[in-house]
Amino acid sequence: MLIGTTIYALINSVILALTAIGFNLTFGISGVANFAYGAFYILSAYTTWILMNQFGVPYLISVPVSILLMAVLGALMYRLVLKRLRGQVLAEVIATFGMGLVILELFRYFGLVGFEYTLPPFIDSSHIILGTYLDMQRLLIVIVAVVVIFLLWFFTHYTSLGLAFRGIAQDERTALTFGMDSDKIATLAVAFGAGLAAVAAAVIIPLGSIAPGEGYDVLIKALAVCIIGGLGSTGGVIAASFLIGFAERFTDSYIGTHWTMIVSLAAILCVLLIKPSGFFGKQKELEERI
Amino acid sequence: MKKRKERINRGIKVRSGDIYALCSWQEMLYLSGPRIFPFVLFLLLPFVLGIYWQKVLLSVAVFSLLAISWDILAQSGMISLGQSLFFGMGAYCAGIMNHYWGMSPFLTIPLATVAGGFICTVMLLPVLRLRGIYFSMVTLILPIMLVRIIEATRIFGGTEGISGMSPMPSKWIELYLVLGVLLGALFGFRRMLDSDYGLVLKGIADNDRSVTNAGINIYLFKAQALFISGCIGAFSGAFMTHVYMFVGMPVFALDYSILPIAAAVVGGPGTLAGATLGAFILVPLSELLRGVGGLRIVFYGILLVVFIVTLPEGIFHYVQRKYNQFERWVEVDR
Repeated sequence: MLIGTTIYALINSVILALTAIGFNLTFGISGVANFAYGAFYILSAYTTWILMNQFGVPYLISVPVSILLMAVLGALMYRLVLKRLRGQVLAEVIATFGMGLVILELFRYFGLVGFEYTLPPFIDSSHIILGTYLDMQRLLIVIVAVVVIFLLWFFTHYTSLGLAFRGIAQDERTALTFGMDSDKIATLAVAFGAGLAAVAAAVIIPLGSIAPGEGYDVLIKALAVCIIGGLGSTGGVIAASFLIGFAERFTDSYIGTHWTMIVSLAAILCVLLIKPSGFFGKQKELEERI
Repeated sequence: MKKRKERINRGIKVRSGDIYALCSWQEMLYLSGPRIFPFVLFLLLPFVLGIYWQKVLLSVAVFSLLAISWDILAQSGMISLGQSLFFGMGAYCAGIMNHYWGMSPFLTIPLATVAGGFICTVMLLPVLRLRGIYFSMVTLILPIMLVRIIEATRIFGGTEGISGMSPMPSKWIELYLVLGVLLGALFGFRRMLDSDYGLVLKGIADNDRSVTNAGINIYLFKAQALFISGCIGAFSGAFMTHVYMFVGMPVFALDYSILPIAAAVVGGPGTLAGATLGAFILVPLSELLRGVGGLRIVFYGILLVVFIVTLPEGIFHYVQRKYNQFERWVEVDR
């Protein structure tokens, strides 16, 4: 029981980290809180589904295509809408939230809900590891998450574009004097965030089915993780997703399923009370706190 | 020939912008017209409308109140994405008081107003220490989590909700109560925002650090703004509980969060009158669109994005400018 719970808690944490990392990347770099994040997650899943079932595109092609499409859509969203609102927090939040709503509610309206709307797992087999029944898809999620996080770390530390990302994130004006185009970087950041949402959807959705309501859940999970970890900090996101992931699984198996939501809610409120910028939100601590 | 638009304040605006120096009854009417208009409208409309549209007017008033409560928060620099939290808190408070303790609606509504506002303030207190989007995030999360908690723990009727609340004595009392409260909130809080107190709130939105530098405890002011806004939201929730004679999970629905924002953005944030105007446009419009059902939220979402990009000042500011200014095209001097 204990080992099984621990393994599932680990996987749950990795899922949380994978869902949150795109949101966190976009916010950390461009300062845009992309409230349409959950919509991108669901939209990419539906895109893959439609490509596969309506156009007969093979799975391994339709996934990268939908990831790419989401990135392009994210970039378009920044170019067409967010660019005009840059710096006005109120307007940014309302605009992204509005766009997310439009996407999710359109899917709900067209009734794309049900068990047939799901993606196939990459590898459909399961093993018994340490006495726990575990399917390969969950293992794959862990592998993908580790690879994505490593690639992101490599990208932001060792490529010139990634360094420009970090430069803009740390001090936009100074970065501008070094000739980094903040609009270009922000476009890319939103696009990367949307793309990461699509990556997360591609590996996580096969565990369940695609439903518009899931979009809100994903957004809320990403927000919760980011608030606890500290917005804009990748280490914080990982730490926070482990905290919530373990807390959720353990309350689930030892106290009761009802209490998982209460645990994460309590965690958010407690963290905000004790350390308002989150555990690792050092980078912009002064600007976020008053 | 290049032209630029010249905007000239109307004479009456020039003379009455700061101090009132009116020359005739005509001018008096011109100035007071827009202020008296809502009073007359709210008094007469219930008589003119049929039963169905009276119900619509009721929800217009409720959504106006929610939009006003959103606007007051937004004026203090807090962008709420979960107005349904306030609404739902008020609704559940009233429901519990009425169902379990058997209080009459005239007792539950004021009590639930204050209690709901208070609970919301306490729940959101931790967020006040942060600026920017944290407040939006937490307000977005809270109502959805509360729904889950009610669903899971089955408190207060769980998914079924509590039904069989005592109704209001008559529909006229119902209508005029909410319209009266709306008028009071509209003009009262407009006045409040124009006073020094409101100046501090707006200052917090513009630059909280300089307000802190002025030796003002901004957390206190923010908490007060939150309480005021929470009370308005809770009132509309408590009121609706007695109209529908039901309280349940739908009170935390997305409609109650998104429509007030849409109304305030479309009408024009910052004046409260804009928020009311927005609700008066959007709610009847969505009533006409009832046939499309779920598309309503899509429609609000599109309106939100379009208005925030193309007309961020909102309809009210636009109309206000036209009312107070001439406009004409003049040639650009070389």
